[in-house]
Amino acid sequence: MKIAVLLKQVPDTETKIRVKGDASGIESDGIKYIISPYDEFAIEEAIKTKEKSAPSEVIAVSLGPVRVVDAIRTALAMGADKGIHIDDCGLAMDSFVTAKVLANALKNENFDLIFTGKQAIDDDASQVSQMVAEFLNVPQLMLAEKFELGADKKSATIERSVGGGTKEVYTVEFPAVIGAEKGLNTPRYASLPGIMKAKTKPVTTLKASDLVGETKPKTTNVNFRLPPERAAGKVLQGEPEQLAQQLVKLLREEAKVI
Amino acid sequence: MSLSYDLSSEHEMLRKSIRDFAEKEIKPVRQKLDEKEEFSYDLAKKMSELGLFGITMSPEYGGQGLDTLSYIIAVEELARVDGCQAATVAAENGLGIGPIYNFGTEEQKRKYLPSLCTGEKLWGFGLTEPNAGSDAGNSETNASLKNGQWTINGSKIFITNAASKITGGVTVQCVTGNKGDSGKEISCIIVEAGTPGFTAKEMHHKMTWRSSNTAELYFDNVQVPEANLLGPRGNGYRQMLATLDGGRLAIAAMGLGGAQGAYEAALQYSHERKTFGQALNKHQVIAFKLADMAMEIDLARTYLYKACWLKDQGRPFKKKRRLRNSIALK
Repeated sequence: MKIAVLLKQVPDTETKIRVKGDASGIESDGIKYIISPYDEFAIEEAIKTKEKSAPSEVIAVSLGPVRVVDAIRTALAMGADKGIHIDDCGLAMDSFVTAKVLANALKNENFDLIFTGKQAIDDDASQVSQMVAEFLNVPQLMLAEKFELGADKKSATIERSVGGGTKEVYTVEFPAVIGAEKGLNTPRYASLPGIMKAKTKPVTTLKASDLVGETKPKTTNVNFRLPPERAAGKVLQGEPEQLAQQLVKLLREEAKVI
Repeated sequence: MSLSYDLSSEHEMLRKSIRDFAEKEIKPVRQKLDEKEEFSYDLAKKMSELGLFGITMSPEYGGQGLDTLSYIIAVEELARVDGCQAATVAAENGLGIGPIYNFGTEEQKRKYLPSLCTGEKLWGFGLTEPNAGSDAGNSETNASLKNGQWTINGSKIFITNAASKITGGVTVQCVTGNKGDSGKEISCIIVEAGTPGFTAKEMHHKMTWRSSNTAELYFDNVQVPEANLLGPRGNGYRQMLATLDGGRLAIAAMGLGGAQGAYEAALQYSHERKTFGQALNKHQVIAFKLADMAMEIDLARTYLYKACWLKDQGRPFKKKRRLRNSIALK
């Protein structure tokens, strides 16, 4: 089976984000990058699926500047077999262009399965995976909490939550795009021998400029702002009865939520 | 021309992987294990799956084939969260696997190393005695050779990884004769767990490394084949010194990792705790202390990594190692 994993490299959540002077984006200097956590679930599920369906291969795909090769290498160290780095060539990109470029890179590769995270934790757009599926004209199932490969290895059963404790269960025939939700699995750690092996695994570089065609972004970011500083909380003191009164008063008059 | 202090992306990836592992798998259980003085077989298994045993050893014997710096970063990151697990890994690589790998015969290496490098088994290095440590001249444990068998008598103390349920055996430093004026003849001999007369007793009530496995060893007429001699007869003292030379890098990494963990904890606390109307770290005296800590840690790390680099280049690293130990362990 041929399995792709789509990875996005995002700023570490512990990184202090600074907005550029002209509010056009965030300062990339000094940012520590990680693989978006939902994409880590996708890598793990791809590797698990590979292990259950030998002979199979997992190909980690990431679009971005050269630094994203680190994310690909991490996937290779975890157990993916090959990497494809799509150099963004500095093009203006939104979710639409990103999905188009990815789909164009993937379309001739005849993947049986494409795993992705349900969303990336930087812009939280949750659009690329679905659009990639649409452009490739294959079904997509986002928010997968459980993935079970069918006995025929050509289909899978997927579970996802729809709120209120209800689960939806789908069966899907391959090829398909699966978006990983938290809880799908526990990603393995890159082992020391895995890190050594990753060095020798092939990573192909493609150029977004060759894949983008006439596609232009449909959205542009016009203004980046940090969220307002959270004001210090209030600590109420007194007897429970007075506390309740004060709390209700504050909720009504100050917070205006009741 | 360029000089780079950046680690390679593999070293960075390794650090991240071990740090994630330590944070997610070790941190939640470290206190309980410490309180109960319990060696965790579960963590030992997980660490073996990560490839933390036999890190610098050749894949030919089941090792991971990484460089010294990788080993040192791994120990540092474990020690940042828990010195006990770092001790298990450092002792196993340096003292358990190291001597067999460096001085063993081809047959000994093929026999013992594969199961040690997968972490399926642990191995101890019996050096310290109640009255002797690196001062091997004071060793009392002795072995005599007769009819192709060594007979060993004596005892050892504070031997890491030697009394676990998965301990495969120990390498014991013994007095094997007298060299007249030049003192005792010292040799290292392999003793497998379960050999009659050999007892390994778990030690408790330690002040630190409480969830690392530490043993007292007793040898009561223990008989092992002559072929269990590690390397040439009489080389035990030299083997021990070489083993401890490499071991000091790992000990420095433990000092460094522990310091890093302590510094991070202190830094966080200094943000949270308020005195005299402001956070601790706003008091200059505390800020200076934190700055000094950060500086010394950085200094120790730079020196330690340089020593690793020298070792990997096959160049002398002992002076660096001593300087750096004095910084890291302060």
